Amino acid sequence: MDYVIIGNSIAAAGCIEGIRRADQNGKITVVGAEPYHVYGRPLISYLLEGKTDLERIKYRPADFYEKNCCTLVKGERALKIDAQKKRVTLSGGAVLPYDRLAIATGSRPFVPRIPNLEKYEYHTFMTLDDALKLQEKIKTVPNARVLIFGAGLIGLKCAEAIHKSVGEITVADMADRVLPSILDHDGAEIIKKHLEGYGLKFLLSTAANPDSFDFDILCVCTGVVPETELAKECGAEVGRGIFVDGKSKTTVKDIYAAGDCTESYSEVTGKRAAIPILPNAYIQGETAGINMAGGIASFDSALPMNAIGFFGKHILTAGVYEGEAVRAKSSEYRKIFVKDGKLKGFIFIDDFKRAGIYTALIRDGGDISGVDIDGLAENAGLNLFPKNFRDEVLRAKN
Amino acid sequence: MKKIYVQEEWCLKCRLCEYICAYANSGFEDIAAALKDKPIRPRITVEESGKISYAVSCRHCDEPSCVKGCIAGAISKVDGIVKIDKNKCVGCFTCVLSCPYGAVAAGPDGAAMKCELCVENSGGSPMCVKYCPNRAIILE
Ligand SMILES: Cc1cc2nc3c(=O)[nH]c(=O)nc-3n(C[C@H](O)[C@H](O)[C@H](O)COP(=O)(O)OP(=O)(O)OC[C@H]3O[C@@H](n4cnc5c(N)ncnc54)[C@H](O)[C@@H]3O)c2cc1C
Repeated sequence: MDYVIIGNSIAAAGCIEGIRRADQNGKITVVGAEPYHVYGRPLISYLLEGKTDLERIKYRPADFYEKNCCTLVKGERALKIDAQKKRVTLSGGAVLPYDRLAIATGSRPFVPRIPNLEKYEYHTFMTLDDALKLQEKIKTVPNARVLIFGAGLIGLKCAEAIHKSVGEITVADMADRVLPSILDHDGAEIIKKHLEGYGLKFLLSTAANPDSFDFDILCVCTGVVPETELAKECGAEVGRGIFVDGKSKTTVKDIYAAGDCTESYSEVTGKRAAIPILPNAYIQGETAGINMAGGIASFDSALPMNAIGFFGKHILTAGVYEGEAVRAKSSEYRKIFVKDGKLKGFIFIDDFKRAGIYTALIRDGGDISGVDIDGLAENAGLNLFPKNFRDEVLRAKN
Repeated sequence: MKKIYVQEEWCLKCRLCEYICAYANSGFEDIAAALKDKPIRPRITVEESGKISYAVSCRHCDEPSCVKGCIAGAISKVDGIVKIDKNKCVGCFTCVLSCPYGAVAAGPDGAAMKCELCVENSGGSPMCVKYCPNRAIILE
């Protein structure tokens, strides 16, 4: 069996490990446009801060490809998929035949139409090369004034990463609050104040136009879009992302897809959506790999979930913010959302003990109508789950 | 691979497991130096609910959500034990967000921490099992 994986990031790593769970012998070829060993993409900000380095940023050990008997073609792009003849053409001219193909092309920066942007050099913050390039640029401009468009996860991570090595940072966003994808208004206020304490300046509800600012370095961090071109061209159903089912299959025979480039239906949210977060990329990739190799796996419980910190303040969130909001009295900001007797979402700032139990409750959709909601906002335990579940988890078989 | 199991009918709610765990992972040789007048950071938690109580620690899952969700590739399962490589962990706590048993927490050094069966700390073998006075925590 010949497996080809396009993309060499998190979903690809999951796919490799998934294939090897079910097939020790098939030939795996991975094609990655970036000239690197797989690295933890979210760690590029930690790299600029000096909290990791080019060795530790590796997502898997140095012998990963060798151990999994994979051929890695790095620094090359897949240009075309011929789904009839089952082969992939690479930028270097090679043509790779496949029995099963996985598209794990991730996402690329989304740069909206910003007036006058074409007059300026600007940076994006998605890849290791982006990070290294930004670092080089900063070295050439002492006390640089940095302008960041986008107060979302990537824009603020970028700000944190460079704040020690630049003069000042201004973050502008159309939204009326920071981190609008994961925080409600009150939570966002707390984080904004915290960041202002580190000297960051915010211009919210402000349209991006570089002509209206004085700056030395411009970073555009206005979101990501799924990389879907190859899939579209070979006839796969594509919405915002490449559509995959719970087995990570696309609508084209023997072609799978996983990670940021996809969208899928989630039993938890009841919606078809692209949820570009790392845990989903890994699990979808692993699911694809197992199924590609003839095993059985499915994943239909994706939900938005994020754990992220800025200057020592941590934010853990999951689900959707619908229904009644209940805050814990003992913490600065620990809020849960309950609707129709079910936990729908939560926002925890700093006090995030046992957050995963809440994530599991959202995922399982368990009935909590009999539960003391004020108590649940404070803390959670396995008593929230049925006794037979707890027995299964905790007890010896006797 | 042996696992820690908990029998809730034998748990006395004494929380000795929490103290002994915090001690074993403290790096101190002296138990008073490790625990006295300090907030303790155990990797096992005694939950109480009405009349019942039981201790919860890492299950070393077959399909570990913490491993799959780790943004740094810092968590792996080796020889049946789910381990956190502190050298790679950047302290984002996606693992805390992912663990359905609430068995991962923030450690004192900014990295995540969880039960690693006392393999690498001063205990050598699970100390909660060794010291549970009513044998409610067992390894088998
Ligand atoms: C700064 C930053 C911080 C983040 N922080 C978090 C976080 O804290 N938590 C979290 O859950 N997520 C975070 N994310 C998101 C997370 O990184 C992504 O969800 C994850 O990397 C998706 O993995 P993937 O494998 O699907 O795609 P990607 O990581 O996007 O990788 C896709 C790869 O495919 C390659 N590729 C694309 N097209 C081709 C082609 N035609 N041929 C060959 N190769 C190709 C690309 O070059 C790229 O290397 C962050 C992202 C960024 C940028």
